[in-house]
Amino acid sequence: MSRLQEKPAAKWSRKDLLELREMSAEEILLILDTARSFREVTTRAVKKVPALRGKTVAILFSEPSTRTRISFELAAKRLSADIISVQTAQSSLVKGESLHDTARNIEAMRADILVVRHGASGVPHQLARVVSCSIVNGGDGSHEHPTQALLDLFTIREHIGHIEGLKVSIIGDIAHSRVARSNIAGMTKLGAKVTVCGPPTLIPRGIEQQGVDVTYDVHEAIEDADVIYVLRLQLERQDEGLFPSIREYAATFGINSAKMQRAKPTALVMHPGPINRGIELSPDVADGSHSVILEQVTNGIAVRMACLYLIAGVKAGE
Amino acid sequence: MRILIKGGHVVDPANKIDELRDVLIQDGRIVKVQKNIKEAVDEIINASGKHVFPGLVDVHTHLRQPGQEGKETIESGSRAAAKGGFTSVCCMPNTKPVIDERSLVQMIYAEAERVGLIKVFPFGAVTKNLEGKLLSEIGELKDAGVVALSDDGRPVYSSKVMRHALEYAKMFDLRISDHCQDLDLSEGAVMHEGVVSTELGLKGMPAASETVMVARDIELAEMTGGKLHIAHASCAGSIWQVREAKARGVDVTCEVCPHHFSLSHEAVRNYDPCTKMYPPLRTQEDIIAIKEGLADGTVDCIATDHAPHTQWEKEMEYNVAPCGIIGLETAFSLSLKELVHTKILTLSQLIDKMSSAPAKIFALPAGSLSEGVDADVALVDLESEWTVKEEEIHSKSKNTPFMGMTLPGVIEMTLCRGKIVYRK
Ligand SMILES: [Zn+2]
Repeated sequence: MSRLQEKPAAKWSRKDLLELREMSAEEILLILDTARSFREVTTRAVKKVPALRGKTVAILFSEPSTRTRISFELAAKRLSADIISVQTAQSSLVKGESLHDTARNIEAMRADILVVRHGASGVPHQLARVVSCSIVNGGDGSHEHPTQALLDLFTIREHIGHIEGLKVSIIGDIAHSRVARSNIAGMTKLGAKVTVCGPPTLIPRGIEQQGVDVTYDVHEAIEDADVIYVLRLQLERQDEGLFPSIREYAATFGINSAKMQRAKPTALVMHPGPINRGIELSPDVADGSHSVILEQVTNGIAVRMACLYLIAGVKAGE
Repeated sequence: MRILIKGGHVVDPANKIDELRDVLIQDGRIVKVQKNIKEAVDEIINASGKHVFPGLVDVHTHLRQPGQEGKETIESGSRAAAKGGFTSVCCMPNTKPVIDERSLVQMIYAEAERVGLIKVFPFGAVTKNLEGKLLSEIGELKDAGVVALSDDGRPVYSSKVMRHALEYAKMFDLRISDHCQDLDLSEGAVMHEGVVSTELGLKGMPAASETVMVARDIELAEMTGGKLHIAHASCAGSIWQVREAKARGVDVTCEVCPHHFSLSHEAVRNYDPCTKMYPPLRTQEDIIAIKEGLADGTVDCIATDHAPHTQWEKEMEYNVAPCGIIGLETAFSLSLKELVHTKILTLSQLIDKMSSAPAKIFALPAGSLSEGVDADVALVDLESEWTVKEEEIHSKSKNTPFMGMTLPGVIEMTLCRGKIVYRK
């Protein structure tokens, strides 16, 4: 613990963690370095440090996501914070109260940090404007999921040692993926070359302007990639007419061992979970030697501890 | 009662006046606009150093009454209009209930009369209850006093219904103002589709969601000989099509809104629902095309699309917040800043696009300082600036992306029928 307290927290000056797009490479690296120290904590017999004792972390999830919620809760617990967990309705239209009402309520509970997950893009930004406590974006609509990308970057760095110069292919529904947006922002800032791959109906307009290459050929995306990042397919996209059938999608873009023949022997296969087995990823690849999918989950706790720890060091108004 | 507005710089494009003149008003009407009028009057309004315009005319205002008086009323909307220099506004029929029958048209006239500030000219619905299926009783609506027709808030979606509307309305010499939006291409969309929507993860509507409907409407207007007005054109493709259609003689007119040439989709980056409207804020290229259209006459007039919503509604998530912003109080200043200060239009051309041109398109008794007409006048200080502040907004709603901005041009006084309806 003493080592952590010696860390120069002065480098971290953000009240909120909203998106990777607005963050600098240095800030991202600071989180990753801090997370490394915390991962060591999680391997101890007593997996707890007093860093956030007396602080309250509110976890507001309006979308069901057991995995991310538990990861945040565990991260907060291991930092000795008090936790308020709030489940809310999907949208303020259903609730009959505005987003600002919700924010004022959380404020009244005197939370220091509010982790918010919401189905609508921009909600963390909107909340950050009206509350004085810190906001951590736990995933918003199709916008960003910064802590997911941070744990992905952390996992890659642990395996390969660096991000700069890597070739990363992100495969699947880029248009609706907050994981893709955060990863594109984080990876390009740290010097990776990112290619996105999917059917044209799932590639959003102007994505090239974020400094990525686009291909519709999954074989091309797999070849020479150091990281093959497979996104979860929301099955209802088929009903929107964005591709003809799940079957055709799986045949064209699904990653199986036959397609993996072309991959580098050292390539990492990653996925933000939960996996649609047999659709975007075949079971043998998901559980195979390239896969680091379970490590991503483990690393998520350390990365989220790092985020909460750094954020807690900044008082509102600073 | 005789009033003399003395020593102001009069800009009256309808009468090609752009110089220092005095304006004499008697019993609510303009008597003369001449140099150095020396007559006995009851009141002298000193306008030296100020500009004097015909009262502005807005052909696209949502007054929300009847049905949504929490957002705006004919009274609060009239106050907002007067503060913005407007003396005539056309209110859109997408109220609750919809303005699709005589009694509602009469109610609007009666209420505007009772309020006694500015003139309100209702548009009637093209189709019953805006359902897009059956034509409303257009003859009866005309008889009750509607000045045009529109299903605004949504397009007249069926091409067949639009065809029949254009044909039928010809008989009553009514123009149809269409909200051009392909509802399939824009389904679920909350902003312009492009680089910014991609970064923000918000569903975008392509420019084509507007242009395909503009193209359809122009085809139908050409075929039927009907009178078409393109409401709130927002993108380059619409401007090009209107320019082309006008060149081949189609009876099409076109309006643009100040927010569409003042802000681009970049303004959405803060996820403030006050940047959400249909059609959405577009790109810099679209802004340039709109300005070119204004300069060369393709765009006939400037309208506000004043769309009030309560604070509560605009505190929603971006994707569910209602569309639209208020505009009556900022329209003149934004236009002055973006069009006159940048030399896209002369001051006289701007006043034309905000008064005489819209009045002419919809045959409104407004938009000039001609002798004998109602004395609808705006007195403006072009040298001063003002800051948009919540507490100073007259509209019941405060939903504007221009909050906090400092803008040029201060409306000092507005007279309608010779009566001072706003004084700073
Ligand atoms: Zn409209």
